[in-house]
Amino acid sequence: MYKIILAFRYLLRRRITYLAVLAVALCVFAVVVVMTVMTGLLRDFKAINHSWVGDCVVSTDTLVGFPYYREFVKILEERDFVGSVSPVIRSYGILTEPSGWNTSVEVMGIDPVKHSRTTGFAKTLYYHKDWPADAFKPDYDANLPGCVLGIDKVSARDQRGKYSHYSSIPRYSFTITCFPLTAGGALAKAGLGLVNTRRFYYSDDSHSGLAKVDGAFIYLPFADAQALCGMNGPSPRASAIHIKFKAGVNLQTGRNRVAKLWEDFLTGRGGGKQANLLSKVRVETWKDYRREVIAAVEKEQIMMMAAFGMIGIITVFIVFVVFYMVVSHKSKDIGILKSIGISNRDVIELFLGFAFLVAVCGSAIGTAGGVLFLEKINRIESWLYDHYGFQLWNRAIYAIDEIPNKIQFDIIAVIIVSAIAVCLVGALIPAWQAARLKPVETLQVNQL
Amino acid sequence: MSKDNFILKAEGICKSYRMGQAEVQVLKGVDLAVKEGDFIAVIGASGSGKSTLLHILGALDTPDTGIVRFDGRDLSRQSARGLNRFRNKMVGFVFQFYHLLDELNVLENVFLPAMADKSVIGWLVSRRRVKNRAADLLAQLGLSERANHKPYQLSGGERQRVAIGRALMNEPRVLLADEPTGNLDSETGNGILKIFEELNKAGQTIMMVTHDERIARKAKRIITLADGKISD
Repeated sequence: MYKIILAFRYLLRRRITYLAVLAVALCVFAVVVVMTVMTGLLRDFKAINHSWVGDCVVSTDTLVGFPYYREFVKILEERDFVGSVSPVIRSYGILTEPSGWNTSVEVMGIDPVKHSRTTGFAKTLYYHKDWPADAFKPDYDANLPGCVLGIDKVSARDQRGKYSHYSSIPRYSFTITCFPLTAGGALAKAGLGLVNTRRFYYSDDSHSGLAKVDGAFIYLPFADAQALCGMNGPSPRASAIHIKFKAGVNLQTGRNRVAKLWEDFLTGRGGGKQANLLSKVRVETWKDYRREVIAAVEKEQIMMMAAFGMIGIITVFIVFVVFYMVVSHKSKDIGILKSIGISNRDVIELFLGFAFLVAVCGSAIGTAGGVLFLEKINRIESWLYDHYGFQLWNRAIYAIDEIPNKIQFDIIAVIIVSAIAVCLVGALIPAWQAARLKPVETLQVNQL
Repeated sequence: MSKDNFILKAEGICKSYRMGQAEVQVLKGVDLAVKEGDFIAVIGASGSGKSTLLHILGALDTPDTGIVRFDGRDLSRQSARGLNRFRNKMVGFVFQFYHLLDELNVLENVFLPAMADKSVIGWLVSRRRVKNRAADLLAQLGLSERANHKPYQLSGGERQRVAIGRALMNEPRVLLADEPTGNLDSETGNGILKIFEELNKAGQTIMMVTHDERIARKAKRIITLADGKISD
């Protein structure tokens, strides 16, 4: 009991310990803020990717695509673990405006309803948000062939991350040119002008939150994209099949079941026409499918964690120095305590208890400050931008609307436990040295 | 109690310290026996080893050679836990410079030894009795009004009386006092000695170190330490 009382009194009456509490609080504050923001960025980035892809993808990297996709879609739709399926055409093309200006685009052919059931496509639309059936029908003339453009193709992102839109869809048309390929990968129209070109009318735009997608993609009706890419022959082809699992199906388990279905399907199609294209098809979860972009952000988070690991080491050193000084000043107390029969272990426990209190107080102050700061972080950034033009991220460049600030209690718990462990480590050597002090030496007259 | 009726006995105690290159032999074979109810004063010149002897008898230090027996039991054979218990229960120390804990008030300083061997639950169970005992001691020492004061708010004499209260808290068999009046004026020092005399009359065994013969005369027995040995 005396250990608790003395630890509290040392904490309250030794001003030098305020320095240790402050060091812990600052460290915890910084780690809480940075980890919350970085983890939030990664979580949001993953969620956006998941929403754009669905749960699982059966796809090929070749621009030729793969045949028999309709048969496999049927097999998938009959399975109880599959919620919805959306075949997709993927290729590259050229968008040419009436003025003659042109730009490269990534063409994605979809059935908007099926694709919205499988992915978050409907939520990315502006004029037909959550109403994807009409996504390819321009409001000004539903009979015209419509298309959905990645939002960065039609609108510039302002400094606050907002896009401007007309109140109604403007009449705007352009041509899309694709290079149709044979199943063997050769140009399908060699000697006949090489390309397929078709005019489309702007019917909506899609804001997925993925900068590369919103800046490069154009969504076309599935059949139109298939025709433009030359995949609509007697044995029609698709580039990918996006799949959404039913609720409760484990991602990896679902992927493995799809892979098994694909293997069986492949066995049955071994001798079929264009069967060689099937061997290049992969079955991946959305995480694997988007691993290249996710890994980069994950790496950034790991680097930040490493950087804050260094801060943790500095905190250990600060706590060590403070406790070393406290023990030096308290050597007389240690002698007194030993003269009344207190053991070495009790002395260690006393100073570790003291360190624990420093850690708890520092963590509490740092966490409270961090949570408060995170709650106001977007308002603070907005104020800084209004008054000084400062932004943490330039919204015109980065596809981030708001700084992620959702408090994650599991992360905070880990930070607090780590801070306590760091303080105990920092105090361990001084506590051990205190325990080793001989009472006769500390109680000498010249020690006073 | 041992068969020969000695509560504390030192046999052939030798102790030396290294001071720079030289080794100074402070105690050169000290033999000493303390009976129950004794009031012994150890006198000697400064540096004669009086405090060292007291520390060895109270297990705050260990001899290079020789044996200290308490109730017939060799202290050198005691475990660390046994020695802690010995310092907590069997002896009480009073130092020249009081050595009170600044973070605790007077009452807390007095009952500190009673808290030392108790867990939180043990303390909660016994705290009323312990606090009452500490309050009684403070009343006996004339410090009831000072119970909630901090050591720095007390005079030297008051601080020493608090230190005596702390030493007596666990009702030790022997009270070991190292120059208890050395830092006090004559009148205050006499007050402390009067307390010692009363305690001894009540049966408390006391061993006191002093360099002042006038103070030593208050004891029942005087032992002179000279040249590292006892010369009665």
